[in-house]
Amino acid sequence: MKSTGKVTGIVSNLVTVETDGPVSQNELCYVSSGGTRLMAEVIKVNGKYAAVQVFESTRGLKNGDEVEFEGRMLEATLGPGLLSSCYDGLQNDLTTMTGVFLKKGEYTRPLDEEKLWDFTPLASPGDKVIAADWLGEVKEGWLPHKIMVPFSFKGEYTVKSVAPAGQYDIRSTIAVLTDESGEDVKVTMTQKWPVKVAVKAYREKPRPDRIMETGVRVIDTLDPIAEGGTGFIPGPFGCGKTVLQHAIAKQGDADVIVMAACGERANEVVEIFTEFPELIDPHTGRHLMERTTIICNTSNMPIAAREASVYTAMTICEYYRAMGLKVLLLADSTSRWAQALREMSNRMEELPGADAFPVDLSAIISNFYARAGMVVLNNGKTGSVTFIGTVSPAGGNLKEPVTESTKKAARCFYALEQKRADQKRYPAVNPIDSYSKYLEYPEIRDYLAEKVGKGWAEKVEKTKYIIRRGKEANDQINILGDDGVPMSYHELFWKSELVDFIILQQDAFDPVDSLTPMERQEYMLNLVLDICDREFRFEDFEQCRNFFKEMINLLKQMNYSEFKGGKFNEYQEQLNNFLNNGK
Amino acid sequence: MANKAFQKVYTQLESITKATVSLRAKGVSNDELATVEGRLAQVVKTKGDLVTLQIFAGTEGIPTDAEVAFLGEPPTLKVSDDLAGRFFNAYGRPIDGGPEVEGEKRETGGPSVNPYKRRQPSQLIPTGIAGIDLNNTLVSGQKIPFFADPDQPYNNVMAQVALRADVDKIILGGMGLTNDDYLYFKHEFENAGALGKIISFVNTTEEPPVERLLIPDMALTAAEYFAVDKNEKVLVLLTDMTLYADALSIVSNRMDQIPSKDSMPGSLYSDLAKIYEKAVQLPEGGSITIIAVTTLNDGDITHAIPDNTGYITEGQLYLRADPDSGKIIIDPFRSLSRLKQLVIGKQTREDHNQVMNAGVRLYADAQNAKTKLENGFDLSDYDMRCLDYAKDYATRLLAIDVNIRINEMLDTAWELFAKYFTKAETGIKQELIDKYWPASSEA
Repeated sequence: MKSTGKVTGIVSNLVTVETDGPVSQNELCYVSSGGTRLMAEVIKVNGKYAAVQVFESTRGLKNGDEVEFEGRMLEATLGPGLLSSCYDGLQNDLTTMTGVFLKKGEYTRPLDEEKLWDFTPLASPGDKVIAADWLGEVKEGWLPHKIMVPFSFKGEYTVKSVAPAGQYDIRSTIAVLTDESGEDVKVTMTQKWPVKVAVKAYREKPRPDRIMETGVRVIDTLDPIAEGGTGFIPGPFGCGKTVLQHAIAKQGDADVIVMAACGERANEVVEIFTEFPELIDPHTGRHLMERTTIICNTSNMPIAAREASVYTAMTICEYYRAMGLKVLLLADSTSRWAQALREMSNRMEELPGADAFPVDLSAIISNFYARAGMVVLNNGKTGSVTFIGTVSPAGGNLKEPVTESTKKAARCFYALEQKRADQKRYPAVNPIDSYSKYLEYPEIRDYLAEKVGKGWAEKVEKTKYIIRRGKEANDQINILGDDGVPMSYHELFWKSELVDFIILQQDAFDPVDSLTPMERQEYMLNLVLDICDREFRFEDFEQCRNFFKEMINLLKQMNYSEFKGGKFNEYQEQLNNFLNNGK
Repeated sequence: MANKAFQKVYTQLESITKATVSLRAKGVSNDELATVEGRLAQVVKTKGDLVTLQIFAGTEGIPTDAEVAFLGEPPTLKVSDDLAGRFFNAYGRPIDGGPEVEGEKRETGGPSVNPYKRRQPSQLIPTGIAGIDLNNTLVSGQKIPFFADPDQPYNNVMAQVALRADVDKIILGGMGLTNDDYLYFKHEFENAGALGKIISFVNTTEEPPVERLLIPDMALTAAEYFAVDKNEKVLVLLTDMTLYADALSIVSNRMDQIPSKDSMPGSLYSDLAKIYEKAVQLPEGGSITIIAVTTLNDGDITHAIPDNTGYITEGQLYLRADPDSGKIIIDPFRSLSRLKQLVIGKQTREDHNQVMNAGVRLYADAQNAKTKLENGFDLSDYDMRCLDYAKDYATRLLAIDVNIRINEMLDTAWELFAKYFTKAETGIKQELIDKYWPASSEA
């Protein structure tokens, strides 16, 4: 028997419901208002009163309106067809909605129930299986999409039968399993999972031991993110957060990319819809959209669904991870989600923490980041969810609760800086403040030494040292004037400029420069470090400046040319001559 | 707003604050309108049968036995083609002496456009102001504010932009306009003979601040009528959004909400986004473009209002007084139009992008030279030329009183480059230099 209730209080989207039976925290319910049913979630219970956050506008809702509780939490529907989809925060398919405007109470199915999939069985009758074990596989685009024992199944099951290879829709039974008490359960191609609960159906979660390439030099070379790692990008508006995230989405070396547009501009999502179907995934040569799922709750969509959107996105990621795939989750921006939490906390009249955010903000953020990670599946294969979130710090000040809480949770920090953005030094990641904790992991250092080049991690540290020394020298030059410092200061400064222009700066809109594979990053860094190792004897700072400016120009042309192609080699030649003769 | 015959009238208020009253009533729905002693009010909270109403005109003089009648509907606006050319107050009632507008009643503050149904903005909106067209090109369907200090002529610039823009309708949402500014807009629109395509919703400083909260929704409901139903290109002007946000903070304060940064309500981002995100390029060709004004406190953009605005809008246009040229200019460094790349070089001349970048870069060099000068360092010949260029560039291109076509802006920029710099110093692609470098200054 499901509980029901009646509305007794309304403040914006926070509604108080008098219940007639048991309800649980985070349980879903539907509030009926003038013929439409609005989805809502229990966020607090006090005696027989439940406070629910309604995922839609509550305009027109009245005290006394009926509420039906669902006896389940907010769930994601998982199955083939998730890729290339575009969902709202509650996983309604936005593409199948009618009308230009979003209609209150209009809910659409997340997956196409009619579509037939080519199924191949992987398990055989008699196999012992547990949750997340693979029973079969369908081709979703080029991706082998595993049909698994639902995550919610507890204990061990014996496979009684598996459907033969053939075409099935997602509702067809593709396997029958017998549980320990001898009862048969049917399994289809879809399953549901509560979004706020982490999927733990795997053997173990080891430390990440390899890096995920993004093609962005300032990340891959300087502060690499691990496969299964976490990172975040804080930055004031206009510093290129979204451009950087889109660059990672276009180029990231992942099998599946989930983009959660959380409380951001609708036109940015339109850009994804418009561009991604045209763009090609540089790793597989297929259309980018084929590996991408978009969850969008733009800033003008109901705020309660903003929180749901990031959880829905994460659940979809965990689902693909259980298939042994490399998944990348990008959320833009987690600050908007935190603000949604703040609005609700405020309406519930909770005692506020810093900047009126709820006191458990830090715990909520770190729990969420903890759901990322590399895992070893039951069958020994690995899968991973790498998570990069953006943060929009109020006033561009990094000493605010969301940035600080995220800093504790994420292992990589890519600080976008107003000053670099003003100078058009994009991506405007500050190389001195940013860090990757993964560079300290011995297993990652070994991986880099083997895959990229011997002593790579040491080279990266050296690069950072050059940047720091250059900054110190520049500070002195600015205080004492060009003539007031020794020549060596000018040389130090220009060596750091060389690193800045050639390694750090990257043109996200240039077809060649925007994507730099690791091999090319290694080549260019070695080239730059070689130059930095040289000692030059300049007569005056003008000579020093002109020398480096010319060299930077040559190296920049190399960045814009196809790697080791004709033009690239020409510029390399010119550079060699310049280095030999110029000084 | 006459009470209907069968309507129940309540006469017992439980509490009164400066902006709200509470009373016991049944069957009331959220966001519903009511009248309290004839003043318009809206339901903002219900708790059991205790209903809290926000009274737009303020509660001065409201007695505890005030007559309260509920109207059974949220705020609405009657929309039809007759809206064109008219001036209304925050409640949508005529203030120009004309008759009430008849038409279909629409709820204001309605639902959002499905993001999947939007189209990418792609049409340039020329304004004649080079600081905008050349450096920060506007695109239909964009939302962008002017960031300006209160003493700057932002309303004049906005009126000019509106009148020059090639759009079907201009909708003015004036919040806390001084009476003088209101009359200025009216005068400008009349003088331009453009009244027929203009609709105004105005709340002046003489009227209660909380009424302002209704203005953007009214203006945008009218805009959606013309853009969605009539497939028209609509430009919405909202001035001044800072005063709108101030009104929000007054209400949240009266409702005992915990303030966040700068005593603004925690929901400020969502409240502003709800308005700005109405800017849209629709699939059928209609569009809503929003140009707003956010006044700054002594240029401080870290304040919660400009800060949240910047995260929502697609760029911002900074007005700044330039001491060298003595003009008000559109600051090329801090201004940004995020959508300009969608039209630059596509609907404008091929050299637009490079000329824009070179112009700004050389202007930046001039700023460095200026810093050097101020710090007492010697200036090189290049520095001197940069400084001269900067003055010319500010006067002939950045100043807001410029009114020329985009090709003329580009030609002017080339002329300045040739006057002060060598070809190499501009850093422009050789093929463009070959084509556009002014012949006369070849020597």
